[in-house]
Amino acid sequence: MFTIQKYVRAQSLEEAYELNQGKNNRIVAGMLWLRLGKGRVNTAIDLTDLGLNTIEEDDEKFSIGAMVSLRSLEQHESLNSYTNNAVCNAVKDIVGVQFRNLATIGGSIWGRFGFSDVLTVFLAMDSYVELYKGGIIPLSEFATMKKDKDIIVRIIVKKIPLKIAYRAMRAQRTDFPVLACATSIVDGKARAVVGARPARAKLIMDDKDILTSGISEESKNTFVEYVANNIPTSSNLRGSAEYRTHLLKVLTSRNLTELEEIK
Amino acid sequence: MEHKKYNAINKSVRKKDAMQLLLGKPVYTDDVVPDDALVVKLLRSPHANAIVSEINTKAAKLVPGVVGVYTWEDVPNNRFTNAGQTYPEASPYDRLIIDRHVRFVGDVVAIVAAENEKAADKALKLIKVKYEVLEAVLDFHTAKDNSLLVHPEDNWVAPCEVGGSNLRNLVASEESSHGDVDAIMADCDIVLDRTYHTKAYNQAMMETFRTYTSFDRYGRLHVISSTQIVFHVRRILSHALGIPKSRIRVEKPRIGGGFGAKQTAVSEVYPAFVTMQTGRPAMIIFSREESQLAGSPRHEMEVRVRLGASKEGKIRVLDLYTLSNSGAYGEHGPTTVGLSGHKSIPMYTGSLEAFRFNYDVVYTNTMAAGAYRGYGATQGIFALETTVNELAETIGMDPTEIRYKNMLKEGMIMPAYYNELASACALDRCLDHCKEMFDWDAKYPVRDMGNGKVRTAGLGMAMQGSCISNLDVGSATVKLTEDGTFMLLIGAADMGTGCDTILAQMVAECMDCSVDDVAVFGADTDASPYDSGSYASSTTYITGKAVEKACMELKTKMCTIAAGLLNCDVEEVYFENGMLKRINTDESVSVKDIGVKAQLNNPQIAEASASHSSPVSPPPYMVGMVEIELDKLTGEVTILDFMSVVDCGIPINPALARIQAEGGIVQGIGHTLMENVTYSPEGKPYESSFMQYKLPTRLDMGKLRVEFEHSFEPTGPFGAKSIGEIVINTPAPAIAHAIYRATGVWHREIPITPERIAMSKPEQN
Amino acid sequence: MIDITITLNGKKISDSIEPDSILLDFLRDHKCYSVKRGCETTNCGLCTVLMDGTPILSCSMLTARADGHTIQTLEGLQEEASSFVGFIADQGADQCGFCNPGFVMNTIALLKENPDPTDDEIRAFLSGNLCRCSGYEGQLRGIRNYLNSRVKE
Repeated sequence: MFTIQKYVRAQSLEEAYELNQGKNNRIVAGMLWLRLGKGRVNTAIDLTDLGLNTIEEDDEKFSIGAMVSLRSLEQHESLNSYTNNAVCNAVKDIVGVQFRNLATIGGSIWGRFGFSDVLTVFLAMDSYVELYKGGIIPLSEFATMKKDKDIIVRIIVKKIPLKIAYRAMRAQRTDFPVLACATSIVDGKARAVVGARPARAKLIMDDKDILTSGISEESKNTFVEYVANNIPTSSNLRGSAEYRTHLLKVLTSRNLTELEEIK
Repeated sequence: MEHKKYNAINKSVRKKDAMQLLLGKPVYTDDVVPDDALVVKLLRSPHANAIVSEINTKAAKLVPGVVGVYTWEDVPNNRFTNAGQTYPEASPYDRLIIDRHVRFVGDVVAIVAAENEKAADKALKLIKVKYEVLEAVLDFHTAKDNSLLVHPEDNWVAPCEVGGSNLRNLVASEESSHGDVDAIMADCDIVLDRTYHTKAYNQAMMETFRTYTSFDRYGRLHVISSTQIVFHVRRILSHALGIPKSRIRVEKPRIGGGFGAKQTAVSEVYPAFVTMQTGRPAMIIFSREESQLAGSPRHEMEVRVRLGASKEGKIRVLDLYTLSNSGAYGEHGPTTVGLSGHKSIPMYTGSLEAFRFNYDVVYTNTMAAGAYRGYGATQGIFALETTVNELAETIGMDPTEIRYKNMLKEGMIMPAYYNELASACALDRCLDHCKEMFDWDAKYPVRDMGNGKVRTAGLGMAMQGSCISNLDVGSATVKLTEDGTFMLLIGAADMGTGCDTILAQMVAECMDCSVDDVAVFGADTDASPYDSGSYASSTTYITGKAVEKACMELKTKMCTIAAGLLNCDVEEVYFENGMLKRINTDESVSVKDIGVKAQLNNPQIAEASASHSSPVSPPPYMVGMVEIELDKLTGEVTILDFMSVVDCGIPINPALARIQAEGGIVQGIGHTLMENVTYSPEGKPYESSFMQYKLPTRLDMGKLRVEFEHSFEPTGPFGAKSIGEIVINTPAPAIAHAIYRATGVWHREIPITPERIAMSKPEQN
Repeated sequence: MIDITITLNGKKISDSIEPDSILLDFLRDHKCYSVKRGCETTNCGLCTVLMDGTPILSCSMLTARADGHTIQTLEGLQEEASSFVGFIADQGADQCGFCNPGFVMNTIALLKENPDPTDDEIRAFLSGNLCRCSGYEGQLRGIRNYLNSRVKE
């Protein structure tokens, strides 16, 4: 059973950061995953007083506080209009409304969970993580980093021209995905992200310019094979590697078809 | 079907407890008991088969707040069964409260009792156990006559002869047949020989297993438990603890779902043992993980069907063999298996010339199975109905047509069902009705929806029983109160199904009063008349008939009291429209007058009790049809419509009957498409939480529609049969059928996951 | 131990709690027995309460985090619930009742956010509330009948 020795509502990021350096001290985000563990937490550090629960928007970017709930992402009109509803599609089947009111973008991204719909969809955009000490780094870089003692302050999404589509396969509608695919064209450059492989979501850019001159039946198939060849899958309770790679092709291909239709 | 006008039955009245439940009132075990109970927790085995060679509880006992730590050395060596069944039980006596030999991952190694949960958890961690790990029997195909024995002990006892032997890993075994199966099979144009596999699905009722125990003011053991079987729990505790039944009282408050799980005494014995040891109140609440890993799930079964038919689609002979996995203990093992044949084969009585039904029930080192809604019929019906669907597809006959050709009809004798007469059977009308409502002819063809998606339909029929014939006892006590209202006491358990209300409706029908004027109490072994309990679909049919009988007797007694008031012979008094009238006069007295008189200078008690048993178990019948959209590329199945028509005789409460059907259908959808049970190489089920064991949500079940075809069962109360179990039986065959239509592949194991659909190719034959 | 003050069902209560106290247990300790635990993995929705008007899983809320906030359980929303639960009772869809409080709480939240939801919106909003008895359809009919009855008024 999980236990907490001490609970602190940090009054500044500096205080939170300092506390987070201690052994067995943990930042509390949505409390959804942390509570399932059996570990002893020394000090639980709550960021709830730091005003990180808002989505700010200007001409260049969305700036999403680490404590913004998945439900807020799902309901944010401007973010979903920018993403052709891909953000909503990515999170709307996660457990239930009550869960999504608690789960935070910071917790989802920081955890870099293998099953994460959130990491998958944000990797398909021009996204950045603002770390308290580490500064602003691309999400793609953060996604491959080891967990450290820094703190996510915000997720930033740059508003550059974007077409994006999101599809996940679930064996039961609110379950973890068997596979999650986000496919996008960011400023003219195609990229594919595959999550729930079941390992951590992986991003691949269209470095071979397969789709640069447009999406045709042929280029679509070539790109899908390219993604399948470069993003490995493996087996667990929810599916075999073989099925996942099969799904990767189907879902990425359907995403591309959807991208074609976006004006 | 035409039938007479009723006052209180065949009406959708609200459940008596509905508003209490919907407004969140404290009515469940954990809400109603005092909060001073010791917290009871169990240390469970990580091994599927092992002997506890050493166990050291010293450090655990020193944890502040820990009151007791008990191991195999502390418990009696009386073997008993946890199965909630009539004595002498068909299930073997193969359990101890704690056994030194642990037989599945999750078997109990130690009991901890502490003042609070934290202390109990700490103590669990500090118990040091050395196991001698043994090789385990994990594959139920290899269990029978394996040299590894799940129950090698010499005090294993089978109270009934059911063909079992612990020295063969055999819980039960039987062979039965009618007619010359082999000769007819040899003469058939088509023989299909198919094997099906169903898993150990969990009931997953929302309230996990839980029990509170204390000593009452007479020093008796008072048990408040979430159970379907108060009287059986009393006997089980008496056996396990070695104390007389007169020293035990068992009652149930409201129950947060059962579906058969709580027809086994899964949690009761542990706090009871603690209370006996410490003299203090004790409470156990199973975690969801414990309920998943050490509950009482459905029996995993493999059913082999050999079906012989003519090329015109006449089903001439059926030969079933069922291998059932009882797991580590034998609860309900000998009885569930029978239904896989007895509740499937009779559906084809219309054409059948011969049948054979053999079975083996084996022990393995997996979680002990128990009773789950459908109780073996579900498994057998999936197998047989799928084979019949395959026959139809093979010979190119519409699957509804093949049913009409072969099905059981009213008035037939059923050789495969103990030669019972189908006295009320609207199966044919159910099929007519469902076919029309569903628009079968339009939905059955495979329709390409583009982008890899197709739509099509499938169907399944089902039957069940309405009790255990010649065995179940239902009882009721009806009392008149002085204001003319009634009190009904029962020992059957309303676990959400609404039987309290349904039985009250029957009292109201008999006594010509409103349902609101009937209060219901149950179930409590100190106050309720004996009842086997709520299982085997029996409460409406058996306890309902007892209610009817008790009302008849009470009326006679009320006539006696009325005769005194009217100064006439009792023969001159009759009961009509809630009044007691004297024949050929205008004289009458009201029920209220009788109630008042019953408490004033009166030697005639104004209450009556009656019991009922039945020599027959009339089957309810059902037809289910499903329309699906299947994505051939991802393998995703979307249920669009599930429609069904049920013949449960006369539904006493149509709204509640409908909800029973809808709930059962969704459970069946879960088993067919997403609920899975898989094991680690060490024999631990992976699906140990709701994160892994996926119940259908309201986004997974499409649109449901349930309607009824009435029949009149002469042996049932007001013509009623049963509804509670049959409703889970049609989804598996219907959905498997539709998936075949969409993909050309027959899936003979459930659940049929998207991966299996997407990755399998149509058979070449 | 931490001192906290929570507005529980309209009443300010102060208490001293362990840092790892879970709101679900805290609420049951404060006689809010409608709040149920059905799983340990955030999947069932039985423990749904409103925090500052928003439906959350009380199984995953630290009591310490609720300090200074408003919590409502079904005990405090009897009137709101009474307006529509009778329609569910008429369907017999209450069944065992164990999931009812969480389901009713989330329905209250739904109707507050979206007073006139479509059937699909109802299903989506309530998808985190499991029910093993009813098959869900009767719950939906009950809500639908309530909404229709409101239109007639």
